[in-house]
Amino acid sequence: MTEKFLPVQDYLPDSGTYELLPFKFEPVGADEVILTNLTGEFLYLKREKLDSLVSHRLAPSDADYRALRARHFIRQPNDRATLDLLALKTRTRLSRLANFTNLHLFVVTLRCDHACHYCQVSRQSEDRQSFDMSEETADRALDLVFRSPNPAIKIEFQGGEPLLNFPLVRYVVEKAEQRNRVERRDLQFVVATTLSMVTDEILEFCRVHGIHISTSLDGPEDLHNRNRPRPGRDSHRKFTDGLKKARDVLGYDAVSAVMTTSPASLPRAREIVDEYIEHGFDSIFLRPLSPYGFAIKTKSYQAYDAGSWLEFYRAGMDYIIDLNKRGVRFVEHYSSVILKKMLTNDDPMFVDLMSPCGAGISAVVFNYDGDVYASDESRMLNEMGDATFKLGNVHSDSYRDIFASDALLSVLEDSFASSAPMCSDCAFEPWCGADPVFHHATQGDILGRKPESEFCKRMMGMIRYLLDVMRADPQAKSIFMTWVNS
Amino acid sequence: MLTLSGSALETGLTAPALFRLTTVPDLPAPLRAQRAFLMRGLGDVPEGYPHYLVFDRDPIPANGAAFTRLDEKFAYLSDDDIVHLSPHGHVRTLFRSASNHNSILLTEQCNNYCLMCSQPPKRKDDRWIVDEVRQLVPMMPRTTKSLGITGGEPTLFGDDFLDIIRLCKSWLPTTALHVLSNGRSFADVGFARNYAAVDHPALTVGIPVYSDDPSRHDYVVQEKGAFDETIRGILNLKRFGQRVEIRVVVHKQTFERLPELAEFIARNLVFVDHVALMGLEMMGFTRANLDALWIDPIEYRDELSAAVAVLRAYRIPVSVYNHQLCLINPDVGIAYVKSISDWKNEYVPECDGCARRDECGGFFSSGVKHGYSPSIKPFPHRHPAVD
Ligand code: SF4
Ligand code: SF4
Repeated sequence: MTEKFLPVQDYLPDSGTYELLPFKFEPVGADEVILTNLTGEFLYLKREKLDSLVSHRLAPSDADYRALRARHFIRQPNDRATLDLLALKTRTRLSRLANFTNLHLFVVTLRCDHACHYCQVSRQSEDRQSFDMSEETADRALDLVFRSPNPAIKIEFQGGEPLLNFPLVRYVVEKAEQRNRVERRDLQFVVATTLSMVTDEILEFCRVHGIHISTSLDGPEDLHNRNRPRPGRDSHRKFTDGLKKARDVLGYDAVSAVMTTSPASLPRAREIVDEYIEHGFDSIFLRPLSPYGFAIKTKSYQAYDAGSWLEFYRAGMDYIIDLNKRGVRFVEHYSSVILKKMLTNDDPMFVDLMSPCGAGISAVVFNYDGDVYASDESRMLNEMGDATFKLGNVHSDSYRDIFASDALLSVLEDSFASSAPMCSDCAFEPWCGADPVFHHATQGDILGRKPESEFCKRMMGMIRYLLDVMRADPQAKSIFMTWVNS
Repeated sequence: MLTLSGSALETGLTAPALFRLTTVPDLPAPLRAQRAFLMRGLGDVPEGYPHYLVFDRDPIPANGAAFTRLDEKFAYLSDDDIVHLSPHGHVRTLFRSASNHNSILLTEQCNNYCLMCSQPPKRKDDRWIVDEVRQLVPMMPRTTKSLGITGGEPTLFGDDFLDIIRLCKSWLPTTALHVLSNGRSFADVGFARNYAAVDHPALTVGIPVYSDDPSRHDYVVQEKGAFDETIRGILNLKRFGQRVEIRVVVHKQTFERLPELAEFIARNLVFVDHVALMGLEMMGFTRANLDALWIDPIEYRDELSAAVAVLRAYRIPVSVYNHQLCLINPDVGIAYVKSISDWKNEYVPECDGCARRDECGGFFSSGVKHGYSPSIKPFPHRHPAVD
């Protein structure tokens, strides 16, 4: 090296001059910790390095020092870009909150041809008047929908079985499109249906109006039929026929499926994934069952705890990772939500994994009778006689009454995980969220006592699983990186 | 290698001048006044050109007009090329119409002092270049596809630099402009805003980032605090919607944290428009610092793979330049660009019989001359070659 160039040591900062930036840590194994910062970046450190770090003794020549500075856990007093980047990433993470409500759920009827054990709300009634949404109610709900400042508006039709009240679906779609000629929002429609009653006419309407279908598939035929009893015990066959028809008319990408994990599903993670692959899906949502509602009330159906669900989740994920390694691209959505927050600055704003919680922010529910709820779970809770999360009614309350109601604002205020007891110190908090409805239902407290919370147990389990996998298996980490950017 | 700068055999010029060349003898008179006529061998000498270029032993224009005589090193000159001629017989080719890689060197001064600089900076005040460029840009063919602006650090000229960009926008509105800068000047929000305000329709700035570790970057560019300014510069440019390319030269001082750098970009600068991962060129300071810089690319092929995989996963367009195909892992192929120089791709004796020579960028001529990887290994043909 020629004289006029200085050696690398000359560019290292002076010892002990660094500043700590906000971070939290959590033990990993006996002698290590994982550090996270407020934008969800993380790294591992030996415990003794953590001690040096916080007592400003970590040497600038230390490899850990370099990593900590590069990932914005520390900075030199002159590092201005560090703060600019942290601010930018934080803003990016929270930017979607400002858009306010995106997803508007219309419960167009409670009637259903299925009698699923875990369903909290459906009715087998033939009585149209009592359980169907009326045009008048829909009009009022649409008034509120277009009050949302969000440039993107998604209207999802739910039930019961929304196809049982398809005339109202048509009505809402046409009305919304009409209004949107002036509003010019990015307007999308989804119908959540088992597809058992789908007709060519319905599909044609969906095609013309670009409506997507979200359907249900719980697993192999016996499991699916057991979870979803209907007269004739043919739910799975109806699904298969309906799926083919829907894809023929609407196109492959317009049809997705959701899965509910019943206790009978727990030992069958692989088979469930295989069932999804067999039907040509390239993703699954390993969704845990809400531990309240009809399932508990009837006692006939035992729910399960976080531990058993995690076993199911891990088995499913192990298999899914293996599939991806063999070249079959297949995504698990629940993990993706968490991974997105670990590996990018984007918060996908998934209702249960947001802070503050997504109640009213990411989704709002218009029930058949005009009642407005903060989430689907809130509506189920109301069915059990608990109206805590009922925000109002489209017939009697204004937009302001509903979206500035105490019922909503206090939930939002109480659901900032970063200020919740235990969560505020938890290193996993940037990746986690708040589920006030769940904690209210199970513990009678919106904030929840996290040491006893099944939600917390589940989140910790998932997060530790994902961290371990990424650390032990770089190939799996690469696969996750493609998931979070798709 | 082309000789872009050299001496004429003789010249009749009395003052320095820029000339756009033509070989067309019957241009309309008004255009003749703006061109120098490039004579090739015998033939009638058309009248009315202010200057003539002749080669070697060719006869001089019989009409007694001023001429400059060049040797065969300049034989590549052709229609619409632009040269600068001085009364002392100095010849500089400033623009070659046959090339897609023309660039304007705006200054040789720089506020960095990179270990591997191919154009070692000089302290001397060379602001005169700006005036020459002001003359040059309007002379360039309006059909020019792309043009580079390099240095040194071209932004050091501040408003004059912005003027040149503006001039390019006015005279060459459909020419894609590529600025090479260390980005530090753009840490000044006002400067970044003014740059954006030029509103050039096809402008990209290429900015080197050598590490996610500030001290490592500062060491490579030999300037404390450079990393911080460069990153803030990139942020300002993107804030104002400017196109930014990140350029990484991979060598012994940068290869180790290449995957971490890719993750840093994915996490912090995901909005950049392109990342270029480039092999070392045996030019300028590199040869002085060879021990500190040289590493056989085959030894960092896994780091290169990891970096490409991360950037691709985050959907950041990435290209690998200046590498030999036989030294990279197959998974880098998707980002591989067969491009070394605008002149010609050069190969070494080891390449003989390589089945993928057509896809391979080969070597810089500096590499062929001053050393290259001992691991070059031709790809075998699937079937034994007949003959
Ligand atoms: S719920 Fe549990 S895992 Fe999530 S942030 Fe709170 S303490 Fe951490
Ligand atoms: S042997 Fe030569 S031509 Fe073939 S890939 Fe290697 S460098 Fe390229």
